[in-house]
Amino acid sequence: MDPVLLARFQFAMTVGFHFLFPPLTIGLSWMLVIIEMLGWKKKSGIYVAIGKFFGKILGLIFAVGVATGVVMEFQFGTNWAEYSKFVGDIFGAPLAAEGVFAFFLESTFLGLYLFGREKVSKNVHWFSIFMVAVGATISAFWIIVANSWQQTPAGYIILQGRAELTDFWTAVFNPSTMVRFLHTTDAALISGAFFMAGVSAYLVLKGKELEISKKALTFAVIFGLVVSMLEVFPFGHEHGRVLAQTQPEKFAAIMGLYSSQNEAPLALFAVPFDHPPELKAHIKIPGLLSWLAFGDIHARVQGLNEFPKEEVPPLFLTFVSYHNMVILGMYFILITAFASYKIFKKTIWESKKLLKTLLWSIPLPLIACQLGWIAAEVGRQPWIVYHLMKTKDAVSITVGWGEILFSIILFGVIYILLGWVFIKLLVKKVKHGPEPISAKEALS
Amino acid sequence: MIDLNIIWFLLFGVLIIGYAILDGFDLGVGVIQLFTKDENEKRININSIGPVWDGNEVWLLTGGGALFAAFPIVYATVFSGFYLAFMLLLTALIFRAVSFEFRKYSEKPGEKKRWDLAFGLGSLVPALLFGVALGNILRGLPVELKDEKVVSSISFLGLLNPYALLVGVLSLVLFTMHGAIYLSMKSTGRQRDRMISWINNTWIAYVVLYSIATFATFFVAPYLFKNMLGSLVFWFMFILLFVAILFIPVAARMKKFGLAFISSSVMIAMMIGLAALSLFPRLVPSSINLENSLTIYNASSTPKTLTTMLIIALIGMPIVIGYTIFIYRIFRGNVLITKDSY
Repeated sequence: MDPVLLARFQFAMTVGFHFLFPPLTIGLSWMLVIIEMLGWKKKSGIYVAIGKFFGKILGLIFAVGVATGVVMEFQFGTNWAEYSKFVGDIFGAPLAAEGVFAFFLESTFLGLYLFGREKVSKNVHWFSIFMVAVGATISAFWIIVANSWQQTPAGYIILQGRAELTDFWTAVFNPSTMVRFLHTTDAALISGAFFMAGVSAYLVLKGKELEISKKALTFAVIFGLVVSMLEVFPFGHEHGRVLAQTQPEKFAAIMGLYSSQNEAPLALFAVPFDHPPELKAHIKIPGLLSWLAFGDIHARVQGLNEFPKEEVPPLFLTFVSYHNMVILGMYFILITAFASYKIFKKTIWESKKLLKTLLWSIPLPLIACQLGWIAAEVGRQPWIVYHLMKTKDAVSITVGWGEILFSIILFGVIYILLGWVFIKLLVKKVKHGPEPISAKEALS
Repeated sequence: MIDLNIIWFLLFGVLIIGYAILDGFDLGVGVIQLFTKDENEKRININSIGPVWDGNEVWLLTGGGALFAAFPIVYATVFSGFYLAFMLLLTALIFRAVSFEFRKYSEKPGEKKRWDLAFGLGSLVPALLFGVALGNILRGLPVELKDEKVVSSISFLGLLNPYALLVGVLSLVLFTMHGAIYLSMKSTGRQRDRMISWINNTWIAYVVLYSIATFATFFVAPYLFKNMLGSLVFWFMFILLFVAILFIPVAARMKKFGLAFISSSVMIAMMIGLAALSLFPRLVPSSINLENSLTIYNASSTPKTLTTMLIIALIGMPIVIGYTIFIYRIFRGNVLITKDSY
């Protein structure tokens, strides 16, 4: 078996599973920052109860995120030793910075947030969830710095067969860092919003602690509407624009543009084929792609035919992932807008269908995150570092396919087990519902 | 002359020592959990480290990141060379990380017992592997050049050689003692009495094992002792280690558990410090030819990166240490079980 393919599969599996949890952590922790602030400043027992309930769920999600994240810190060395040697001078620093500035912060203050409610003053307790949110976001920043450097390397020279740092800030703020950071972090906020909205919708359906669950639903839906709109414009749009300039072959692949053209069309729907290269059942808007990428409907957009065949990413996977992500992004706006309208009209509480839809929408932002990530990473192939190092040259030469296959099976079994127990406990926790507002807080 | 490479050797040592002292007692508590029968005592064990264990484990993650950034050749060579051992370590850490929350929300006693086992074994395995890894480094790894690429290929069974296993059992006993001392600060009554006898028993085992291990090192890696006896730093660390070891049972008998904890922390720091001093300036000695060893010079990043990393560490670590102390102060004293506890 091909060790490169196995190593890629192992990486995709472990990152993919891990990447289900941090978006929820980031999203929920920022929402809790606002909720705990309202509870504290308004002396509102309802918000405190929401905070307690979702705070405990955050603890559960965070634990699985930590457990699966540990693998990531070591995996570059175990499976991608040649890559690690090639980029260590640049790539290691963001990972170390993530530890120093983010991991310590979020994990230390999460302990205080979960167990310190009765031990410290209200402002220190609020500060603890704020630090969790800040830490989780800084963590996202540094890991996206590392990933973006693979996509659009900057601030380096190649010396003695490795990339050496010439300018730290140029490497950190390489051309794609900020657009990717904003796009990904906002996706995390959407994930948190849909999680809270879905769980609250379930509680409303079951008639549990209605005062608390209705407030949580209202908050989550409105929050979700704002972040869903921001995700498309400006964040998604900007990300696409930068992509068109920095990685034209990836841009061509996700957009399904086979040959270069002026007035390039935007494919709304199509079935892509690699042999021969063409889009079938094609619905398109002429000129829109040129306009989105370069602000001019006559601009020339490079197609896949301009690049050497062996340096073009796989088309089907990138195209399909990207387009489904966009469809989901549109859905997020529509459903939260509709739910906001129903909340405004006060008719949502009777609308069982809408509440059920919100409940079953919980996994959709997480799926969108995975799809966006697949489009970004598969779209970079065959490169592990864009135009500098190919993925096939990056694996550990001392690790055989048997060992990799063993670890794939090992982590596969562990992750299925973890996922199963996690869902079981989460469902139990949600079914139990929030604790009623305590008399002490209702009075104060 | 102190240069950037030496500074990073020291800083990496500080990270490893920080990990061993802080997560060391977490791992020890996990091992003791395996031998605890009473549900209330089990909960006190878990909750004694509940709010802090995750922050403690970050020392390991940051150590990994710092090694990647400062000495990428070591990170790549050792981690890929220890492939299966790392997979075992990661499996243990994964189960341990989820066991706290998963145990809390499991209601059936059987399920709780299963997560206790995950917590216990998830602590025992890393405590053992910490020493196994150190033992193998001290003994030297087969570092060689293959097609102009630095590699070190060693089988999983090759890692489990008698010397490395001896150091592994030593670190297991060491962390268990450290955990027992920590728990004696956090518990009361019968549980605390039991912890005192844990301290005494593990202390004896520790002294015996450490003596044997030191003796064995003379034969396994004699070059480590070169230039040591004339070094002032060596004697300073050695005497401090000696005093710290002797003071632990005395402090435990006087029921000064805080002092005992400081002693065992100093002891851990000095043990790792002495190992680092004997390796210096090597990071990974080559068992094939000492000339092939990975050192702080031939395995490092550029001065530019080392400087950048130093700035990150100088800004970040004082803040980390500041709020870590703050959190420990909030949760000081005996464990109180409330409805929010694990």
